[in-house]
Amino acid sequence: MADSDEGISRRAFLSAMAVSAVAATAAALAPLAGIEDLPTLEEFLRQHYKELTPEDKQAIMERIAEKVEDEYGIRPNVTDPQAMAGVEFAYALNIGRCIGCRRCVYACMKENNQSRNPQIQYIRVLQMRKGSINVESSDHDYSGEVPKDGFYYMPVSCHQCRKAPCVKACPVQATWQEPDGIVVIDYNWCIGCRYCMAACPYFARRFNFEKPQLPKQDLNPEMGLLSNRPRARGVVEKCHWCLHRTRNGKYPACVEVCPTGSRKFGNLLDADSEDAQIIKTKRVFVLKEEVGTLPRFYYYFNV
Amino acid sequence: MTDDLKDFAAFAKHGLGEMIEGDWRYYLWMSALLMVSLLGLNAYCKQFAAGLTVTGLTDQVSWGLYIANFTFLVGMAAAAVMLVIPVYVYENESLHDVVIFGELLAIAVIVMCLLFVMADLGRPDRFWHMLPGIGKFNWPISMLSWDVIVLHGYLFLNAHICGYLIYMKYLGRKPKKIWYVPFVFVAIVWAISIHTVTAFLYVGLGGRPFWNSAIVAPRFLASAFTAGPGFLILTLQVIRRVCDYRIPDKALFMLRDIVQVSMIINIFLLFCELFKEFYTDSEHVASAMYLFFGLHGHHGLVPWIWTAMVFNAVALALLMMPVSRSLKYLDAACLLAIVGIWIEKGMGLIIPAFVPTQLGQIVEYHPTLNEWLICAGIWAFGLLLYSVFLKITIPVLTGRLGRFVAGRTER
Repeated sequence: MADSDEGISRRAFLSAMAVSAVAATAAALAPLAGIEDLPTLEEFLRQHYKELTPEDKQAIMERIAEKVEDEYGIRPNVTDPQAMAGVEFAYALNIGRCIGCRRCVYACMKENNQSRNPQIQYIRVLQMRKGSINVESSDHDYSGEVPKDGFYYMPVSCHQCRKAPCVKACPVQATWQEPDGIVVIDYNWCIGCRYCMAACPYFARRFNFEKPQLPKQDLNPEMGLLSNRPRARGVVEKCHWCLHRTRNGKYPACVEVCPTGSRKFGNLLDADSEDAQIIKTKRVFVLKEEVGTLPRFYYYFNV
Repeated sequence: MTDDLKDFAAFAKHGLGEMIEGDWRYYLWMSALLMVSLLGLNAYCKQFAAGLTVTGLTDQVSWGLYIANFTFLVGMAAAAVMLVIPVYVYENESLHDVVIFGELLAIAVIVMCLLFVMADLGRPDRFWHMLPGIGKFNWPISMLSWDVIVLHGYLFLNAHICGYLIYMKYLGRKPKKIWYVPFVFVAIVWAISIHTVTAFLYVGLGGRPFWNSAIVAPRFLASAFTAGPGFLILTLQVIRRVCDYRIPDKALFMLRDIVQVSMIINIFLLFCELFKEFYTDSEHVASAMYLFFGLHGHHGLVPWIWTAMVFNAVALALLMMPVSRSLKYLDAACLLAIVGIWIEKGMGLIIPAFVPTQLGQIVEYHPTLNEWLICAGIWAFGLLLYSVFLKITIPVLTGRLGRFVAGRTER
């Protein structure tokens, strides 16, 4: 008798434990109900960019366009411009002329549909004290009128390295170098591990810690699949030299906006291009040459 | 065939029965762990819904507590090998019985490692992109792809070895050497590899001078072989207090010898690293300076690292003295060493590499409560797993639980 009593109370105890464990688990899972940006099945199953057929790409661009129209009320023109044959892009920045006005920073944001809240910027302008070229003593948060006496300015963004540590680091090949030298990211393949951010020596990569917020009126409807179309939460992004512009014969937004003409963009393989000439004739250096990344981004002095 | 299935079903049933039976201490312990695990799950669901914005991570410090815990735990898992080597290579019998406890620990800890990696991912839904065959794996170029392979391989090896040995014991059969000895020897090399590959993950980045040092992998191993066996010393004493399983003092003191030697090497390698950083005093000292003394008025990690230094120093002193032959002092030394190494190899290794940033900016990292809860949850879940493993394994080893043990077969 005593035995079976104990059996029953034991069973009751265990059932009570099991029920409360299930209830507590359900309560723990409650925040999942608040998710708004779950991927659709199509998005979830999407293959890597390089595995897509032209039809796949067309369908994907169509989907992106629809989604943007839904969210922003504007029908965007989503394209996927390819690298041109015989082109290797290079960028040259006249470090003696830059006045640190940061117009490039904001033009870039406007062009590339970056999140405004939290704000994501691809270009970081360092205010450097004259007499030193050490980034450790630079000021990232300077404000007020520029240029300031005793300082010069060094904008830094993705250097599109020939030996890119980020490309090596990515465990899923979500970032790679295109034939024209631009390092791109497949935003639908990135798993958000941020190993590339640890690998980059230039602080060029940014992560979408939350869903990017972009006011409707700020949307740029001219979009490239691998460049400035809206990104999702949880993926890495960075400068791509406005490939949706540059592969169509235009300059990057930062080059166009620069009031001092400090920014030069061109084809390295064309000996007459401005950049090829600058690299050949001016005093040129690359940032952190010792890490061996072989950047396609050059700083130069006029005199 | 059907007999085999019946045997396995009986094992599963017995195991499950063992799992839900116990005294009040067992229920209390398991309920507490389950509660903390669920708190962690809840915190993770919040992160899953809102994004990594609920953490203290930034573009500047893009890795934090999750990767820190991951790094420490890979070492704990690798340390199981320090029990295997004496037993299988040197045929030291005093550790023979406890090998299996070390390997079970490795399984639970690798699961924790994988959970920490999942917690760190911005897009956990895209985890399948890493699966060889259906995803697009950047192997052999990316060190992270290597890490995925070695961790899963190690999980499989240990699960196989433990599972096979325990199941054979349960069936009352003598295990066939061919089915586990080769795996044991592969696992020895593999254990070294998991921690080496994890070190290379950091070492291979030329843009992070704090990590770009050849000594990181040896330091990892030395600290792992201190913290891992240290943790086992504590575990074994709990086991012998709450179970009828006899663990001889001799086994504990064998482990003490391992912890002692590893700790000496660990501290020596740390000293080598510090000498190189501070005597050279080049530009690259900035991260180490931030860690130990603060940089330009930022001191976030200073109290942490000095706590770790003091703990390590006291642990070393205790281990070197004959007093650590008394279990009380040995326990204290192990506890101090584990906490010290957890700080030094976690926060102390990961975060300074991001401070200052590649462009010289100083942004400090402040983990949020949600982040701490997720970490606590994963730790609790790991301990829960390990407790379940032990709860089932110990009666099998003592012979109380078996397929043909009297009074059991009838149920």
